Amino acid sequence: MLNFTLRRLAQSAVTLFVMSLLVFTGVYAIGNPVDILINPQADQAEIAQTIARLGLDRPLWEQYWIFLKGALTGDLGKSFAASIPAIELIFERMPATLELAFMAMLIAIVLGIPLGLLAGLKPDSWIGRSIMAGSILGFSLPTFWVGLMLIMVFSVQLGWLPTTGRGATVDIFGIPVSFLTWDGIRHLILPATNLALFKLSLLIRLTRAGTREAMLQDYVRYARAKGVPESNVVRIHVLRNILIPIVTVVGLELGSLIAFAVVTETVFAWPGMGKLLIDSINVLDRPVIVAYLLVIVFLFIFINLLVDLLYTALDPRVRLKGSR
Amino acid sequence: MGSYFWEMIAGTTPALTLPLKGRESQGTPSPSGGRRGWGWFIKRWPILFSAIALAITTGSTPAAELRIGLSGEVTSLDPHLLASQPNLTVARHVFESLTDVDPQTRLIPGLAESWRAIDATTWEFNLRRGVKFHDGSDFTAEDAAFSLQRPLSIKGSPGGFASYVRAIASATAVDAHTLRIKTKYPYGALPEDINSILIVSRKNALNAGPEDFDAGRAMIGTGPYKFVRYQRGDRLELARHDGWWGKAPAWPSWDRVTLRVIPADPSRTASLLSGELDVIEHVPSADIKKINKNNNLRVTQTTSWRTILLHLDQYRAQPPGITDVSGKPLAKNPFMDLRVRQAISKAINRAAIAERVMEGLAVPAANIVSPGVFGHNAALKAEAYDVEGAKKLLAAAGYPNGFHVTLAGPNNRYINDEQVLQTVAQLLTRVGIITRVEAMPMSAFLGRVRKEETSFALLGWGSFAADLALRSLVAAPNPDKGYGAWNWGRYANPRVDALMEQALGSVDRNKRETLAREANTLAMNDLAFIPLHHQVVSWAMRTGLNYTPRTDEFTFAHHFTPR
Repeated sequence: MLNFTLRRLAQSAVTLFVMSLLVFTGVYAIGNPVDILINPQADQAEIAQTIARLGLDRPLWEQYWIFLKGALTGDLGKSFAASIPAIELIFERMPATLELAFMAMLIAIVLGIPLGLLAGLKPDSWIGRSIMAGSILGFSLPTFWVGLMLIMVFSVQLGWLPTTGRGATVDIFGIPVSFLTWDGIRHLILPATNLALFKLSLLIRLTRAGTREAMLQDYVRYARAKGVPESNVVRIHVLRNILIPIVTVVGLELGSLIAFAVVTETVFAWPGMGKLLIDSINVLDRPVIVAYLLVIVFLFIFINLLVDLLYTALDPRVRLKGSR
Repeated sequence: MGSYFWEMIAGTTPALTLPLKGRESQGTPSPSGGRRGWGWFIKRWPILFSAIALAITTGSTPAAELRIGLSGEVTSLDPHLLASQPNLTVARHVFESLTDVDPQTRLIPGLAESWRAIDATTWEFNLRRGVKFHDGSDFTAEDAAFSLQRPLSIKGSPGGFASYVRAIASATAVDAHTLRIKTKYPYGALPEDINSILIVSRKNALNAGPEDFDAGRAMIGTGPYKFVRYQRGDRLELARHDGWWGKAPAWPSWDRVTLRVIPADPSRTASLLSGELDVIEHVPSADIKKINKNNNLRVTQTTSWRTILLHLDQYRAQPPGITDVSGKPLAKNPFMDLRVRQAISKAINRAAIAERVMEGLAVPAANIVSPGVFGHNAALKAEAYDVEGAKKLLAAAGYPNGFHVTLAGPNNRYINDEQVLQTVAQLLTRVGIITRVEAMPMSAFLGRVRKEETSFALLGWGSFAADLALRSLVAAPNPDKGYGAWNWGRYANPRVDALMEQALGSVDRNKRETLAREANTLAMNDLAFIPLHHQVVSWAMRTGLNYTPRTDEFTFAHHFTPR
């Protein structure tokens, strides 16, 4: 167990290093942030001074070396546009994104697994068919379009929910969260639904497929033959067995929800990390871009580790060995 | 995206123009509701909802609050960190500058009641008396002197305000209400330049960094609004500064102001339509018609100071991307020939671009600065669309069969910029200049320009004065003097440069404007670059509001008044 965790951590360090190198070079290749942020009235001398002051005139390897030295001491550099440590900017925005992603995942799980079960148990009924048809829509409609439609219908037409932004927050252990206030929840519903839609469809399909397969297994037949009530068959025999792939997917997808909430955050003007990333890419704010992607890679690694640990809880046959 | 979206909506839901919120429901339901799909819903909801909303709003006092949707991301509240329009927009609610500008970009008194040049390099500013900072302390010449020096002490910024104070040799407080500024050389544009330097309180900003401003600790200005709360990437909340020096009719009408940052165009419009915002700036061109049809909303517009232009390579014998019709390099650079530049100018149908591509959000340009701006020459008329004339000029210049060029530009910076590029390319191809378009995000585009990989490129420029614009865009690049930093084509005309230099060196404003106008005329007649159009800037708001549209595109809560 300990061996396994240590090995994972070592692998993570390599991943983080490669990632930082890739991003650093990529952003460098696009252009110079000073070109886009410079005061239009600046003259050549000021432009040159600014570039030198930010260290952007040095060769790429040297810039990377300076970054690496800082990163090893926990300093990922200051944002060019805000002149604030990049990591601070990201952590400041993180609660908003995590809140949105968790809410979306919650919606996807709470609706997706029961609907998927239903569709799997009664594949030929009208309800099973409509669930599947709905999930196709959830898959195929582009997020930004659905987001705008949600705004048009529920905010502009009906006036039920606010269009954009994050609601009132309260501090929990110093972290501002909005899901504990009524205003906050009202602001959260539309973006979370929008973000959840794709994952909801995914979970429905996954659960349905798993259920249909499990229903044909010998242990289900045997349980039925034994006279186990149908509800217990579903709950104990079917659900338990299909949960492993679902947990894997939920874990992976949670990472992608956090990392790719970008579109939803932009449409709903949600002040999360994704919106910060887009703004930073637009002005080539390299410290923020690099720091953001490193944080995301770290999150993915962490979530995968959690998923692996969860397996052992769900399936006692799985053992975490050093060799994995 | 915006246009497609609204067409989609308009096709299915005529209720777009219906009043839904109680406080805006004084209008009668739109006659367009009914028949189609959503009809049942349209008929019932407004009545129900206005009743509910009315019940809610009548319960509270009609607090004078204004909620504005801004289009640009604010990176910092520090007024001296990054000279970007969104940052300055929010900062100008809390801070003020010595000189101010009116909606037509003409200089007016700000924290300085008056100023004059004592000699060619000395200026004296008489500061307003009885001005209080938000913490109750008095505004003095010491604060002004400190603020003029602070931009130089900020080291971590990629686009600071040092450019506006580079002409200043020293700024000293003669007494509490007199500030004397010595310039390094005769410099007539000092009052324009220091309009961008906001005055902070020396006591509160002495050791403050950007984080102190973001947290509100150092947000102590003299402006009409006080800092209340800031949520980065989301909103800035402000409250009226009751000790502000201004009097009616300039006295701000709103007790509280919320500035929301919503860069996504359709979302900003939707927030206005839903009644969540009272005002939005930079209305997407596709939405203006729809908003104008709405009984509860109105749009106000003016010609912006932003001129959209095309820079032409005029220094390399064989610029990249330019070949003859068969793809072989040309013997010489065609852009160096005035006749070719004239042909390009004649081949561009500016009226069609303004009307169709820009959907009315442009005015054809013949000047480096917009109408009304210092140094604008109203006698210059936008070149008429003339295909035959263009072809004749090309033939006379030795290109009867035309040639190939590549036109580069941004696709996320100016209004409909990529469509403008495509249209210009089509129009040029029609007269024989076969044009390929390379549109890319501004960040990548500027990278290409700096590497000198472009020879024909689109740029937008806003300025208070023609001589300032000429200094950056048209003067022969000269790093020692700081000229021509944005003269991508390296156009060089010693007569224009001399006039521009004389204009900037004149502390007599009348003389300066005459010289600036002359330099502008000369550069435009020689087509130093191809002027396309001046953008039109628009605001959309509740019908109950009034705003004098500003040429400099700024959105100021304190200038909105109830009608």
